[in-house]
Amino acid sequence: MIEIRNVSKWYGQFQVLTDCSTKIEKGEVVVVCGPSGSGKSTLIKCVNGLESFQQGEVIVNGISVGDAKTNLPKLRAHVGMVFQHFELFPHLTITENLEIGQVKVLGRSRDEARERGLKLLDRVGLRSQADKYPGQLSGGQQQRVAIARALAMDPICMLFDEPTSALDPEMINEVLDVMVELATEGMTMMVVTHEMGFARKVAHRVIFMDQGRIIEDAAKEDFFGTPRSERAQLFLSKILGH
Amino acid sequence: MNWDWQVFCKNTLDGEIMPRCFGSGGEITYLDWLLSAWGWTLSVSLLALLVALLFGSLMGILRTTPHRGLVFLGTAWTELFRNIPLLVQIFLWYHVLPALVPPLRGVPSFLLVVMGLGLFTSARISEQVRAGIQSLPRGQRMAGLALGFTLPQTYRYVLLPVAFRIIIPPLTSESMNIIKNSSVAFAVSISELTMFALQAQEETARGIEIYLAVTALYFISAFALNRLLHAIEVRVQIPGVIGGSR
Repeated sequence: MIEIRNVSKWYGQFQVLTDCSTKIEKGEVVVVCGPSGSGKSTLIKCVNGLESFQQGEVIVNGISVGDAKTNLPKLRAHVGMVFQHFELFPHLTITENLEIGQVKVLGRSRDEARERGLKLLDRVGLRSQADKYPGQLSGGQQQRVAIARALAMDPICMLFDEPTSALDPEMINEVLDVMVELATEGMTMMVVTHEMGFARKVAHRVIFMDQGRIIEDAAKEDFFGTPRSERAQLFLSKILGH
Repeated sequence: MNWDWQVFCKNTLDGEIMPRCFGSGGEITYLDWLLSAWGWTLSVSLLALLVALLFGSLMGILRTTPHRGLVFLGTAWTELFRNIPLLVQIFLWYHVLPALVPPLRGVPSFLLVVMGLGLFTSARISEQVRAGIQSLPRGQRMAGLALGFTLPQTYRYVLLPVAFRIIIPPLTSESMNIIKNSSVAFAVSISELTMFALQAQEETARGIEIYLAVTALYFISAFALNRLLHAIEVRVQIPGVIGGSR
């Protein structure tokens, strides 16, 4: 579904990604973790072309993201993305947030889009908030709406960029619950997160990054058993220490 | 001192006081002239505002795109029009451009002033639009693009609706400035309020009354625009955003 081949990226002289390669099969849930500044967010944004890269190739559903001839909007329409800071559109109601992409990008009718949106709101438990504005919702609620907004586009895979990092601790679980449900239904997911509980529960593989490199790319059992790299062991000991 | 507000009821031809203060049959009073001058001031201002909003928004938007050429175009435009004094720009439009571009010779000076004032102000609006867009979180643009919007769609549906709300206060000041700056039009013989004041006080020797009346009309015009834009600002506030819940 997603194939990342020898991707390297520089900001000026500074190299943020070095020769990253991995592959995510259909239905697979892959967690990407690593210390801040390790390039995880940059890597996931390369998958739908929000970040450009100078070397290598990213193939999503058979289409090369880096190719200048690729119709990126068309590709992105079917790759759902959830951001750290939710990024709902503040001037639109929750319902309008769910509708706008379906109507303007997929060409669905307003009624059709509304119905699909409300169905997904139900699913994330926020039907009662349909007519509110994002600023009137809690962080956890906003993030669930953001997930619903991505799902409304009928994505072939979902990218999560630290979806719980900006949340109060008590709201993290309501978002993780939605993600776990999604994972168990067989959605293809690439998730940048430090939530190791989530990784343990539903991930098939864990990728560990440091300084722009993929240090470890292992099945979940291997990663939480004994990571091969010292750096990953150190990282795990630090975040699992409490 | 002695006030003589009847000066406005005088016929502009012979100085006779007209019974109803308004002229008739082709004769006009100073009041008629004052109101017509107010009309010119408002026409110049509002049309220039339209030009300024159009070009200012476009140039401001260009400066926030990822395309270097477009950024350069927007920046060059802004710097060109904000580094030359307004009065000089008006003279350039009136004296220099028609000499260099012959087709412009037939264009009424009214339109030249509208373009001059409009483009001068567009540079300032371009700055505000750019600042408004750049004040939005970077993730908003990404969220729009990630949803499958093209760049123009991202601007249209995601960035601009919020950016324009943010910059209503500075845009209000700019709109009021345009009314005040329209007084430079007298320099190219547009019969607006300032021109009226200069000529009428010379003819009637009642400079104080004339200038006070003109001052009041400038104030009323700018203040009315201020209230109108404030009402819009309140109306489009986003619920749940700081300062937005009422």
